[in-house]
Amino acid sequence: MADVAAPNSIAAMGDSRSSLHKLMQRKSTVAFLMALPLILLILILVAYPAGYAVYLAMLNKGMTRFVGFGNFEFLFTRDTFWLVVYQSCLFAITAVIFKAIIGFVVAHFVHNIPSKGQRKWRGMLLVPWVIPPAMSTLAWLWLFDPSYSAINYLLEPLGVGRIPWTGEAGWARFSVILVNVWIGAPFFMIMYLAALKSVPEQLYEAAAIDGATWWQRIWFVTLPMMRNIIAITALFSLIVTFANFDIVRVLTAGGPLNSTHIFGTWAFRVGIEGGDIPLGASVSLFMVPILAVAATFILRDITKRGSEV
Amino acid sequence: MASRKVSRRRFVAGTAALSTAMVAAPFVRGAYAAGKLSLGLWDHWVPGANKASEALIKQWADKEKVEVSLDYITSQGNKLLLTTAAESQAKSGHDVLSFSTWLPSRYADQLVSMNDVMEPLIKQNGAVNATVEYLGKVGGKWLAVPSTIGSQIKGPCSRIDLMKQLAGIDVQAMYPAGSPPKADAWTFDAFLKAAEACHKGGHPFGIGLGTTSDSVDTAGALFHGFGAQLVNAKGDITVKSDNVRKALDYYKRLMAFLPEDAPAWDDASNNKWLVSGKGAMIMNPPSAWAVAKRDAPKVAEQLWTHGFPAGPAGRYAPFLPFFWGTWNFSKNQSAAKSLMVFLSQASSAEKMVEASGGYDLPAFANFTTFKTWAEEAPPKGTLFSYPNPYNHQVLSIAAAPAPHKIAEQIYTQAIQTQMVVRYAKGEAMDKTLDWAAKEIEGFSRN
Repeated sequence: MADVAAPNSIAAMGDSRSSLHKLMQRKSTVAFLMALPLILLILILVAYPAGYAVYLAMLNKGMTRFVGFGNFEFLFTRDTFWLVVYQSCLFAITAVIFKAIIGFVVAHFVHNIPSKGQRKWRGMLLVPWVIPPAMSTLAWLWLFDPSYSAINYLLEPLGVGRIPWTGEAGWARFSVILVNVWIGAPFFMIMYLAALKSVPEQLYEAAAIDGATWWQRIWFVTLPMMRNIIAITALFSLIVTFANFDIVRVLTAGGPLNSTHIFGTWAFRVGIEGGDIPLGASVSLFMVPILAVAATFILRDITKRGSEV
Repeated sequence: MASRKVSRRRFVAGTAALSTAMVAAPFVRGAYAAGKLSLGLWDHWVPGANKASEALIKQWADKEKVEVSLDYITSQGNKLLLTTAAESQAKSGHDVLSFSTWLPSRYADQLVSMNDVMEPLIKQNGAVNATVEYLGKVGGKWLAVPSTIGSQIKGPCSRIDLMKQLAGIDVQAMYPAGSPPKADAWTFDAFLKAAEACHKGGHPFGIGLGTTSDSVDTAGALFHGFGAQLVNAKGDITVKSDNVRKALDYYKRLMAFLPEDAPAWDDASNNKWLVSGKGAMIMNPPSAWAVAKRDAPKVAEQLWTHGFPAGPAGRYAPFLPFFWGTWNFSKNQSAAKSLMVFLSQASSAEKMVEASGGYDLPAFANFTTFKTWAEEAPPKGTLFSYPNPYNHQVLSIAAAPAPHKIAEQIYTQAIQTQMVVRYAKGEAMDKTLDWAAKEIEGFSRN
């Protein structure tokens, strides 16, 4: 039996070797193998923690039994949670709008600087984005210090009274948004600048021949050509801003009166500091479905426009 | 061929071990005939204070022939809190770990009973105060041993000169070094008048109303002074009581004399307030005085740490103990307990108190008269009253006597200071009480 089987098995081995050889020659296989280290890293550092967070969010406070969506149902009954939802939306949407506007305007200024001096400006304008946010926020904390604010010191000779930057709800919200805009605007600026440089000069020339004003050039040429970049940048920034932690944690720790808490900081307060890890996990996961839907729509729109082109 | 699966628990254990290994760790090696012991102790603020505990542990390890590895874990950025949470999840970590105030009760199910350590220690060293018992003993089981390192009373630290000039109060005469306090007149009314006078004189009391520990502790002691409990020991919500209303009314009047930005203060703000010379009083352990001694000696010379004012329900001061505990998955529990007994001896406690410049506070009744507190200067005797040597005030913690799981949330979410700020900023009393009751109701979930 073995004698008979041997040639077959050799042939089979030969076949499998050649099919493995063919498989290895496929571009997709090579691409997969080259991407494998990254896929493994993502599985370990992203997929596993995310799955574990979902598992934690479905446990009771004592982490002894499965409660399904019980923690989310409980959150919906809490006033503080809705305050956090409101603040997270206010924080993220306001900050992204201002970052986009400032980034757009500054990108135009930089674009119009002669190329010789442009590199210096680009470098300088990127500094807030390059410094680790926890560190730069510490500097802002000193500028906004309740008792010794350097900004108040400068405003005093101008007759402006002491501003409670982090001591009053409205000002505290303003302060955290301001710092977020300061850190994030350079990212928008550099993305928009890259997009501006890719707009063909002929389009502007044609518009000029047609007698278009500067506003018409922006509205009918620049903005349509930058649409995809604007959408992607806004989406990425929205996700990152919703998930922010360091700025609020360092600057106000969520105070005063919980008026600056966002999902990340409140999840930490409830889960780690307060010892209710399942509820903290639920808070941190709350935005995932909403952001996923937003991301789907924005990315679908971009794909659609891509296929139209 | 046997295959080895990496379980979730094993993976988390590995992650925790890796993060632990990243903590800077001096290594103390003994002859290790009696096994190994890993320690994760709180990294002291006071420069050089770690050296005392390190030397003591080495002395014990040499004697007991135990190989010891020692990590000092900072509480900055909640590092110690995160390490504790990671070890609890991973069911792997240090044999002896420092647990801050509420953590023994949080991890009660995972901690080894310390009854066999605490009962003889109490007989030998005297009783521990009711707050240590409330935080460290649940259901008749001692969950951890009170640690000298890091435990503190957050009583008033006053400017001798300013209190005399502006409020007419001689804090040294009220709390003399070397003899019992003469503080019968030091009441909430007197405190309020002094706050008003110092505010008028341009040196307001530096009492925060933020959400960090210093603000919460002061509010807790003032609430206790009125007998104002948010939740009683049975777990009933008692927010809407006359005593809570009285406490809020009092705080509203007091808040008018505090710095305007007090609701934004953190634990560093009051220290800065005192060291800068702006304030006539703060509520803090002697760390602010120690910083002043280094950075503003003229201010330090005028500082005097003393007792809390008395309220209608008694004289309460905030006490924040640290504990040493051992996980039930620890591999060398007997060595861990032996070390805790050694560190809880008078000679060990005294060395730690000395190394911390009087900051550390042993929990046992017989350990409140070490010479460090009598001798520290300037001015001489400034810390004499700090360890409550005549037991004239009740050491307390905010949110007690509520069941621990509720109390911890009241404390960490700063419900009391938030109530004060809401009410003082014009919210109706009933609305503030309703808000607090609803928040606390949420903390009661299982």
